Amino acid sequence: MTPRAFAARFFRDPVAVCAALVLLSLIVMAVLAPFLAPQNPYDPMQIDIMDSELPPVWIDGGEERFLFGTDTQGRGILSTVMYGMGVSLLIGLGAVAVQAFLGITFGLLAGYYGGWIDSFLMRLADIQLSLSTLMVAIIALAIFQAALGPGAYADLALYMLILVIGIAEWPQYARTVRANVQVEKKKEYVDAARLTGMPSARIMLRHILPNTLTPLLVISTIQVANAIVSEAALSFLGLGMPVNRPSLGSLIRSGFENVFSGQWWITAIPAVVLVVLILAINLLGDWLRDTLNPKLYKGR
Amino acid sequence: MMESRAAEGGPASRAVQRQETLITAKDVAVRFPMPSHFLQRHKPVLHALRGVDMAIEKGEAFCVVGESGCGKTTLGRVIMGLLEPSTGQISYDGTRIDDMGEAERRPYRRKMQMIFQNPYASLNPRMTVRQTLAESLRYLGEGMTAKQVDAKIEETMLSVGASVDWGTRMPHEFSGGQRQRISIARALITDPEFIVADEPISALDVSIQAQVLNLLTKAREERGLTYFFITHDLSVVEHFGDRVAVMYLGEVVELATVAQIFDAPQHPYTRLLLSAIPRIGGNAFKAERAPGEIPTAIDPPKGCAFASRCPLVHDRCRVENPALRPTPTGTLAACHAID
Amino acid sequence: MALLDITDLEVSFGPHQALRGVSFSLDRGERLGIVGESGAGKSMAAFAIINLISDPGRISGGSVTFDGQRLDTMDTEALRTIRGNRIAMIFQDPMMTLNPVLTIGEQMTETLLAHRSMSMAEARRIAVEKLDLVAVPSPAARIDNYPHELSGGLRQRVVIAISLLCDPEIIIADEPTTALDVTIQAEIMALLMRLCDESDMGLVLITHDLAVVSESCQRLAVMYAGKIIEQGATDAILTAPRHPYTRGLIGALPQMNSRGGLLKQIRGSMPGIDDLPTGCAFHPRCDFAVDACRASVPPLEVHGAQAVACIRVGEIE
Repeated sequence: MTPRAFAARFFRDPVAVCAALVLLSLIVMAVLAPFLAPQNPYDPMQIDIMDSELPPVWIDGGEERFLFGTDTQGRGILSTVMYGMGVSLLIGLGAVAVQAFLGITFGLLAGYYGGWIDSFLMRLADIQLSLSTLMVAIIALAIFQAALGPGAYADLALYMLILVIGIAEWPQYARTVRANVQVEKKKEYVDAARLTGMPSARIMLRHILPNTLTPLLVISTIQVANAIVSEAALSFLGLGMPVNRPSLGSLIRSGFENVFSGQWWITAIPAVVLVVLILAINLLGDWLRDTLNPKLYKGR
Repeated sequence: MMESRAAEGGPASRAVQRQETLITAKDVAVRFPMPSHFLQRHKPVLHALRGVDMAIEKGEAFCVVGESGCGKTTLGRVIMGLLEPSTGQISYDGTRIDDMGEAERRPYRRKMQMIFQNPYASLNPRMTVRQTLAESLRYLGEGMTAKQVDAKIEETMLSVGASVDWGTRMPHEFSGGQRQRISIARALITDPEFIVADEPISALDVSIQAQVLNLLTKAREERGLTYFFITHDLSVVEHFGDRVAVMYLGEVVELATVAQIFDAPQHPYTRLLLSAIPRIGGNAFKAERAPGEIPTAIDPPKGCAFASRCPLVHDRCRVENPALRPTPTGTLAACHAID
Repeated sequence: MALLDITDLEVSFGPHQALRGVSFSLDRGERLGIVGESGAGKSMAAFAIINLISDPGRISGGSVTFDGQRLDTMDTEALRTIRGNRIAMIFQDPMMTLNPVLTIGEQMTETLLAHRSMSMAEARRIAVEKLDLVAVPSPAARIDNYPHELSGGLRQRVVIAISLLCDPEIIIADEPTTALDVTIQAEIMALLMRLCDESDMGLVLITHDLAVVSESCQRLAVMYAGKIIEQGATDAILTAPRHPYTRGLIGALPQMNSRGGLLKQIRGSMPGIDDLPTGCAFHPRCDFAVDACRASVPPLEVHGAQAVACIRVGEIE
C-alpha cells in the first residue's frame, strides 16, 4: 500500500481519526507537561496544603485554578495526571522496545535456522507464556524491592518495570516474527540472496526482517497498551512507581483510600484518563490491523 | 590455468576432456525425513532425488522435464548449492563444489546464477530494482567501485530490455513479465557462465512467454551461456533445448538429445508425456486414458516407479529398479522393456 | 434460438468495464473455447453467464438467455434451480468445489438432495454411478474418502462427477486443467469430451491455452481487454487467424516456430481495465495500427469463416 492510499483510508475512517486525535493530544499533554501543566505538582514551592481535597470545578466548592480538583496534598489532579501519563507512556514504550528487541532476535533465529534452536526458543516462549505476566512481574518486583530496600528501589523502579514487563512479554513478538520468517524464507527472493553468498545475518536483517514488519507494527500498538495496563496494575498493587514520581497507576492507587471519604475524583480522573488512553491506542491498533493485513488474527 | 595443467604432464589430456563438461552430478540423492510421531517405529522419508547422474556440456541448453514432484526443481537447487545432497557429488569444471564452505564457494557463486519460477516472489518487495541488482554485486562483484557498479547495473538493465528509470521503482509496480526481466538481469549481472532457469516462463502469459524466452535465447548467443532449463512443457524443450533429461519420481528415466526424444522416444513414460501434449491440430485428447496415479515419493516402491502406469510392465519391473543405460538408438533410458 | 445466448454483455467495476459488450451463443452439445491472457476478462465472462459476479462488480448491460429465460435479471431463488443443476461449473482448483471436512459421498448426496427429491440410498446410488462414469477407480470405496485422500487428477474427476449429478445441459469449465500435470490434463480433457458427446452436453471451456482448445472445441472465441476480438470455427481461426492479436498469439507458440531461433513475439502487455487505450485496445501493440484504429472501437464483423474485430482485416492479409 502506498503512503497516499494509506492516508486516504485513514481519513475516511472517523473512528481512526478520532482515536488518533485523542491519542495525539494525550501524548502532547504528557510530553509537554512541564510547560503546559498549571503547576509542577512535585515542586514543594508550588503546592499548598490549604488547597487539598478541592473537588473539580463543576462541583460546588471547586476552584478555577484546579480544573479536576486536587488531591490530599493540594496538588492539582490535572497536573499530576499530565505528569503521570508521561511516566506511563515511557514505561509502555520502553517495555515494548525491550519486548521487540528480544522477540525479534529470538523469532528471527528460531524461524531462520529452525531445528533445535527453534525448538529450544519456542519451548522457552511456551514456558514464559504459561506464567502470567503479572505473576512474574509481582514476584520479580517484590524480590527486587526486598533486596534493594524501598529507597534504592524507588530510584530504579522505572527501569525495573520496563525490564520486567519487557522480558515477560517477548514471546508475542517472537512467535509472530518466527511465523512470518518461516513464510518469507521459503520465497525465492531469499534463495536469490543466499546465492550471492552473503552472511546469514544480512539475509535475516536486510531481506527477511523488513518483510515481516507490518504485523509487528500492529502487535506493537496493542502491546504498548498492554504494557501500560500491566504497569498500572503493578503500581496499583504498590509494586510500581513510587509516590514521588507516580504513573497513572500509582495515582489511582494513592487516591483509592479517599474514595470512601467522598473524594472520588482523586482516583476517578486518572482512571478515566487511563481508560481513554488505552482505548485510543487499541482502536488505532485495530484499524491498523484491518488496514494493513485483513487476514492477520482473523483465524483466532 | 590450461598451461599450468599442461605443464604437469599426465593429467593434461584429462583436463582437456574436463573442459567440455561444465557440471557433473554424480549419484545425487536428496532425502527429507518427514514429520512423524516420536514413538512411530517406521520413520517416513521423502525421496526427492534417488540417485541422479548427469553431465552438462559447456554451452548447451540442458533441459529437465517432468511432472510436479519429479525432483527437477530439487536437482536445480542442489546444483546451485541451495540444498545439500544427502549423498552424491556436484562438480563444476572438474572441481567438487557441493561440500565447499561459503568462502571457498564464492568464485563459483559468481559463475552460477539462477532464474526463478515465480516472478511475484523472486524479488524482495521492499527493495528497489537498483538495490536488488546492487545486492548481487555487493558480494559477487569484488573490488568494483561505486561507479563501476552503477555502470554495470545500467548496462545489464538495458541488455534485458529494461529502461534505466526502472531502477528507482519497487517490484509491485511491474507486471509479471517485467519482473522476470529484472530477475534475469539479476542473474546476468555477475557475468555468469552457467544459469539454472527454474520454469522461468510457466507463470507468464503466452505473449510474454515468447518475450522472455527470446531474451534467454539472446543472452545465450551473446554470452555463450550454459543453461540448466527446468520445465514441465515439452514444446518449450523442443524449441529451446539441446539435450533433455526426462525425470520421474526422483530419477532420470531418459536422457537424450531433443531431436532423439521427439523422433524416437524410448521410455514408455516419455512416450506418454509426448502423447499428452496438446498441439494445434493434434489429437492428445481423442483417446480416453485411465487415471494415472503417480506413486508417492514418501517411501517409493521398490521396483520401477513407473510400473503402476506402464503399458509394458512385467514382473521384473515390480521388483528391480532399472538403471539408466544406453539404448539401441544411442540414448540413455531406464527401462527393462528396452533391449 | 441457441440454448445459451449472450448478447452485448457488460460487466462493470465502478467506472471501469471488465467486459465491454461480449456476445456468443452455444447450442446443445456444442463446445466453445474462450481463450485469452490473464486480465482479458474470460473468467469474468464465465461468471457473468451464471450471474455470479460478486461486489463491487455488476452486470451493467446486455443479456444472458438460457433456454428462453433471462439469467441476468433472474432472482437468486430462481437462479438456484439453474446453477449447479442445468448449468454446472468446474473451477481451476478442485478445492474450490470440494469441502475438505466432508466425504465425497456426503457432498454428492447433499447436492442431489438439494435439487431432487429422492431417498438417501437412491442419491448414493447415483453418486457411485457418476463416479464410475468419470472413471474413478473402485467408486463404491472411493465415495467415502475425504478430498485430501485423493490425488489432484482424481479430485478434478470427482468435481466433474459432482457437476454431472443433475445431468446439466451446459458445463462451464474455468481453466479446469491449468493446475494439473500434462498427462493428467490429457486424461481430464478426454473425459470431458466423451461426457459431452455421450449426453449432448454443451461446454464452455475457459483457458489460456490455444492448443487445448484446438484439440477439444468446435468453436473458439479469442478475448482481449474485455472484448471478443475474433470468433468462429476453431480450425478456421487456428489455420488462418485474421486478427493481428490472434496471429501474434499463435505465432508466439514455441511449436509454431523453428527450433533454436527467436520466437515471434508481441511487444508490450495487455492494458488493465483502468487504463484502456482509445479505440482498438490492441493498437499500441499492433504492427498494423493506423490513426483510425486509435479513433474508434472496431466492431466484431464477419469476414469469411470467422468474425473479427479489426478494421484493417481486409488489408493486412
